[in-house]
Amino acid sequence: MRDVAVISFAQETARNDRERNEVEFIIPSVQGAVRASGLARADIGFTISGSCDYLSGGPFTFVAGLDAAGAWPPIKESHVEMDAAWALYEAWVAIQTGDVDSALIYGFGKSSLGDTHSIFTLQTDPYSVAPLWPSMVDLAALQASALFAEGDVTERDLAEISARSLRDARSNPYAIASEDVDADALLRRPITHAPLRDADIAPITDGSAAIVIAAAEVARDVCSRPAWIRGIDHRIDAPHIGVRDLTTSASTRTAGEEAGALQGGFEVAELHAQFSHDEIVLRGALGLGDDVRINPSGGALGANPMMAAGLIRIGEVANRIISGEIGRGLAHATQGPCLQQNLVCVLEGE
Amino acid sequence: MGAVRTAVIGVGQTRHVAARHDVSIAGLVREAAFEALADAGMDFGDIDAVVVGKAPDTFEGVVMPELYLADALGAVGKPLLRVHTAGSVGGSTAIVAAKLVMAGVHKRVLTVSFEKQSESNAMWGLSVAMPFSAPLVAGAGGYFAPLIRAYIARSGAPRHIGHLVAVKDRLSALRNPKAHLHLPDIDLKTVEESFLLWDPLRYLDVCPSSDGAMALVIGAEDVADAAPGPAAWIHGTAMRSEPTMFAGRDQINPQAGRDCAADVYAQAGITNPREDLDCAEVYVPFSWYEPMWLENLGFCPDGDGWKLTEAGATAFDGDIPWNPSGGVLSSNPIGASGMIRFGEAAQQVRERAGDYQVPLKTGLALGHAYGGGSQFFSMWVVGNKKPA
Repeated sequence: MRDVAVISFAQETARNDRERNEVEFIIPSVQGAVRASGLARADIGFTISGSCDYLSGGPFTFVAGLDAAGAWPPIKESHVEMDAAWALYEAWVAIQTGDVDSALIYGFGKSSLGDTHSIFTLQTDPYSVAPLWPSMVDLAALQASALFAEGDVTERDLAEISARSLRDARSNPYAIASEDVDADALLRRPITHAPLRDADIAPITDGSAAIVIAAAEVARDVCSRPAWIRGIDHRIDAPHIGVRDLTTSASTRTAGEEAGALQGGFEVAELHAQFSHDEIVLRGALGLGDDVRINPSGGALGANPMMAAGLIRIGEVANRIISGEIGRGLAHATQGPCLQQNLVCVLEGE
Repeated sequence: MGAVRTAVIGVGQTRHVAARHDVSIAGLVREAAFEALADAGMDFGDIDAVVVGKAPDTFEGVVMPELYLADALGAVGKPLLRVHTAGSVGGSTAIVAAKLVMAGVHKRVLTVSFEKQSESNAMWGLSVAMPFSAPLVAGAGGYFAPLIRAYIARSGAPRHIGHLVAVKDRLSALRNPKAHLHLPDIDLKTVEESFLLWDPLRYLDVCPSSDGAMALVIGAEDVADAAPGPAAWIHGTAMRSEPTMFAGRDQINPQAGRDCAADVYAQAGITNPREDLDCAEVYVPFSWYEPMWLENLGFCPDGDGWKLTEAGATAFDGDIPWNPSGGVLSSNPIGASGMIRFGEAAQQVRERAGDYQVPLKTGLALGHAYGGGSQFFSMWVVGNKKPA
């Protein structure tokens, strides 16, 4: 396998943006990541994006994205209908083939255009589950209830996670939800989707993110401290939540094993926990102890632009490595109801 | 090309029809997957990863349906990727699957593409009025017809050329039991007399709307060497994209298609595609796209594509058969149509094409797909011998 590193990252977020379309949202991320990479746009060998047509309500949202990415003269390019963390995986594979030495990855989603929580109902079985219209929050609440039923998790545990995330989000300029709050204050707020409160649920976020990755010979040339991808893997669980143990995440565990994440040694983990209890499930699956700082960015509870939020987790860890703040970190991305599909990426400095 | 030699060792597809009311989407994709696995002498347990492709989710009304299909495709506990690159997606999906093997990440990959168009209406699925954009409400035919008229004006092609392709591909489809359209009585007159949809396209110049799925098993060299059936070795893969609209863009003969073809030919050692290939399965959803793509893909000088069609060069018994399976004009489950081209090219070099088998001379065949506003291209060249 070729050594591959993240060499730059940029993001853009907003709450309910009415000024910019998707293309205008992607431009600052792509330009920011390309500028910070030290590579000329034309020298980046492969381009790939992740997005979801249904967020904008029509086909081919990603096609216009090319106007932001820059595609003339014609480029080697692809797209996944997945969180862009999986686009990064495909780009990593493309570099492994030897066909290209670098790649630009971007993801975007304007969740405010529609009813995001109901749109993702349409990820469920179209014949038997979707007609009942469980929203993605309803399904997450079932997962939280399963944890509560086991007896080890309480409302206070969730409130502690939400409060810590919202406090940490204050130092993240891209967070759209942040607050100086403690668990006691959150526990006095109403339960909105039993057993969840609003603070347990990621905010509807518009946004984009972009990352440039490169093989060692390129990365060392342009980046003084690349964030090396030491392992990356992704796995999926069964779609029907009735056949899964919702108190754990088998796919996260397997992806973590394959990515070499279970050896630990992480200073930071950015987990794509869209609900406070997701963090408990993911920590358990990955065996992350109290010595690992979870989501110092505030995580998805601070900002959760669908289809970019998983890629942002990788970018947040990479930025802390590139800046020299940490030596080893873990990034996680998820999609699908109740943490169905999960990607784990282990990043290190030299 | 990657370090690992890679081949198609299993091919499966459904019979393509207008509406499969007897199966769910999961049932549909499993038919293709089981056939491909049986061809490769495998079952789901042998597969390392699954790659799913389809066109816009609006076509079935299911968001990211691969999530719901994870267990139906034997992907639980494994890596599952979902590709979407507009009409080229079937081809792109096969390439993404092949690269997982070429990169040395996996040994055995199952890739499946599908469209169950009877769940919705693709014409209107393509025509949703988008925020911030002027609605075209044109479907694909309304989008491409002006480009065809521009090609006719540019090349001076006679008006019946498109109809010749419409007849030729439907006659080829009579040899293919899995093709959607079987029109034994079709001739130039019936095409000319079918009703006008978008000038110059008449009803029979246009692809059908199909339910169908295509699956391939792609394996590394050692896996292919041990496979029970013949291998279609991948000699080259290429993808190119360009923006939909900008001043001066040649939408009739797009640069991205030319670049993509040049790339894949260079990898496969092809200098003269008309002579160096035994056949080509090319994405021709509207009849006139055969002469247009003959030029774009370098089978003849610019402006001469229609002359090859008119002379019968691309017919089943011509010197360079195009779409011996009947092509997109005879079966069009959109998200699968590109992979059907790639898979039919593989079947030809495996000598598994049954009644539509072409004679092999060089043992090389081209699979091609395009999408969006003639802006996304994916191609591969497969052969019956290992690449050098």
